[in-house]
Amino acid sequence: MNNQDIQNIVASVINEINKQTKAPVYAQGNTANGEVPDITAMGNVLNVPDPANRSAYEDMLKSTSARIGVWRAGTRPLTKTWLKFRADHGVAQDAVLSYADQAILDSLGLVQLESQVADKDQYLTRPDLGRILSDESIAKMKQEVPANAQVQIVVGDGLSAKAIDANIRDILPPVKDGLAAKGYRVGKEIFVKNARVGIVNCIGEILKPEMILLFIGERPGLGTAESMSAYLTYAPKAATVEAERTMMSNIHRGGVPPVEAGAQIVTLVEKILSQKASGYDLEL
Amino acid sequence: MQLSTKLFGTSYQFRDVKDVLAKANEEKSGDTLAGVGAQSIAERVAAKAVLSQMTLEDLYQNPVIPYEQDEVTRIIIDDVNVTIFDEIKNWTVEHLREYILDLEVTGAEIRRISRGLTSEMVAAVAKLMSNLDLIQAGQKLRVTAHCRTTIGEEGRLATRLQPNHPTDDVNGMLASLREGLSYGIGDAVIGINPVEDNPVGTKRLLDALEDYVQKYEIPAQTCVLSHVTTQMKAIESGAHTGLIFQSIAGTEAANTSFGIDGKMIQEARDLMLKKGMNEGPNVNYFETGQGSELSSEAHSGADQVTLEARCYGFAKRYQPYIVNTVVGFIGPEYLYDSKQVIRAGLEDHFMGKLTGIPMGCDVCYTNHMKADQNDIENLGVLLTMAGCNYFMGVPMGDDIMLNYQCSSFHDDASLREITHTRPLAEFEAWLEKQGFMENGRLTKKAGDASAIM
Repeated sequence: MNNQDIQNIVASVINEINKQTKAPVYAQGNTANGEVPDITAMGNVLNVPDPANRSAYEDMLKSTSARIGVWRAGTRPLTKTWLKFRADHGVAQDAVLSYADQAILDSLGLVQLESQVADKDQYLTRPDLGRILSDESIAKMKQEVPANAQVQIVVGDGLSAKAIDANIRDILPPVKDGLAAKGYRVGKEIFVKNARVGIVNCIGEILKPEMILLFIGERPGLGTAESMSAYLTYAPKAATVEAERTMMSNIHRGGVPPVEAGAQIVTLVEKILSQKASGYDLEL
Repeated sequence: MQLSTKLFGTSYQFRDVKDVLAKANEEKSGDTLAGVGAQSIAERVAAKAVLSQMTLEDLYQNPVIPYEQDEVTRIIIDDVNVTIFDEIKNWTVEHLREYILDLEVTGAEIRRISRGLTSEMVAAVAKLMSNLDLIQAGQKLRVTAHCRTTIGEEGRLATRLQPNHPTDDVNGMLASLREGLSYGIGDAVIGINPVEDNPVGTKRLLDALEDYVQKYEIPAQTCVLSHVTTQMKAIESGAHTGLIFQSIAGTEAANTSFGIDGKMIQEARDLMLKKGMNEGPNVNYFETGQGSELSSEAHSGADQVTLEARCYGFAKRYQPYIVNTVVGFIGPEYLYDSKQVIRAGLEDHFMGKLTGIPMGCDVCYTNHMKADQNDIENLGVLLTMAGCNYFMGVPMGDDIMLNYQCSSFHDDASLREITHTRPLAEFEAWLEKQGFMENGRLTKKAGDASAIM
């Protein structure tokens, strides 16, 4: 080994050391209150330590909500990126298995019913049972909910009770007021635990309302368990199929805000009742 | 043909071949929902015992939907090599399983036998196999195909880059595309699931992909996964595509609900051979998944494993470049938890390879399933050991358009790293040229998408 070789080795070792000390430093957030910073508050941050084109990369991050620019530990994700992903999935999973807040249901005075589903495991594997009311609930409904309303409002937990907790108090009053202002007869509102969209058909057969407006929790996305849908069905009965329903999705603070959605729904109800149709038969 | 047996002196009686096939499945929530699954674990094993003694001819004579009633059955039966079938028709399913697992029997010999099999036979033998059987047998069965790159060779693990965007925004799509390429992803296909399904939108995305792929001379197939008829219209209007995609099912009725039939797929293939970007001869891309027939109420009372095998029998006629099961996408009413998804992934890969198609897998899950990223990482490792042709690659496994999670760029890179497998040869050479890979391993530059703007 000659002198030049040794110098080369020394130079490359120093170079490596320099590179290591240039390892990325992450924002620590506000640790003043002695808490570990909230990883879910971390936005799309460029974690690639020494990008070929930083400004182009930052533009790419703005162009998509995909998890890019995340860098790696070997071939694995960095710890914070991994934990943020797990947190996003965690809240989604928890939402699927949760039940609606009893205090909210009570405060809104909803008639509280159940489908034939016994628990969340059965709810997930037997969608057919989530479309039928239990015998006790049918009896209770016949007793407490007047039949033949013009607009029967139903609330179901669906795949995210958290979506109901987050939105129903903001959407129900304006919708009821809006419908009343138009002179529609609105039935007594119902809540159904462990409900699928098809529960509308079961209720329609028994109460025979002119139409049913259903609010139901959507399947949660990563980090967003608050999204709710509205399904509007004209003359629902056992044979009603999905294409005969009009649907509005993505109702939540980060999507279509509930108050705004409520106004749109009142307009939809008007169209449905004047055209006597919903779903593919409805002209928007 | 015997349809009954005893276990510990208790009798088990089955109605017909279809009933035996259904009850011999490992537990799947979809079979329970369809009302065709075994009522107890013992009954499940009894069905397996009865199935093991059926002959291949019994299964040939009893497709789960009759020949006269179903196009998929006709395609499968019509494509059987009768010379090879005559040689093996007296084999029991037990014998077929042990033949496949025999160390003296080569993959090439099994590939020959597979030309004499119907999908019911393929499904039957999978039902007698343990998970490790499925892995070991799968590893023996190499199925290669060529479009622009060659897929399926030993020592290679390919990936579909899936740069989806919730509004089909080209810049957003390109951002994920660059990120994936920088991790060595994209050699099976660069394929976008579009939000809007129309020829203009499909052409717009295909044009953007083509511009980028040509700029960097990337040896990869491109594809926009709209309906096959939409893609055909886009091609007729001048769009260039590397592969033509369609979701397929195992019954004629389910294919009708997808808006397709065999004739349409053949026309798509012919069009691609005439106007596609690449030499082929394999130019089709299919996706499948256990439970899709039941979800379109077109299962005809058959179990979801047999119907899945029939998808592969249908696919084989069109000599696809890639086929993947989207194994955890459909939801917990068909595959309840990680155990069921892992089983289904191993079954699907093995059944695809035994059918003779170049099989990959979208190892994935939805947020209402009892599974998480750890579970599909497990399935990825198992399937890599089984010689799976390819996996999906999505930024951090989070598909922001389809709203499900699957294997990430990092996961694919890790699977290659821990099993010493490499990207497809043509693509590996490109990665080396770009400085993202050296001697089959990612370099320090890998993971920097801004290097290939």
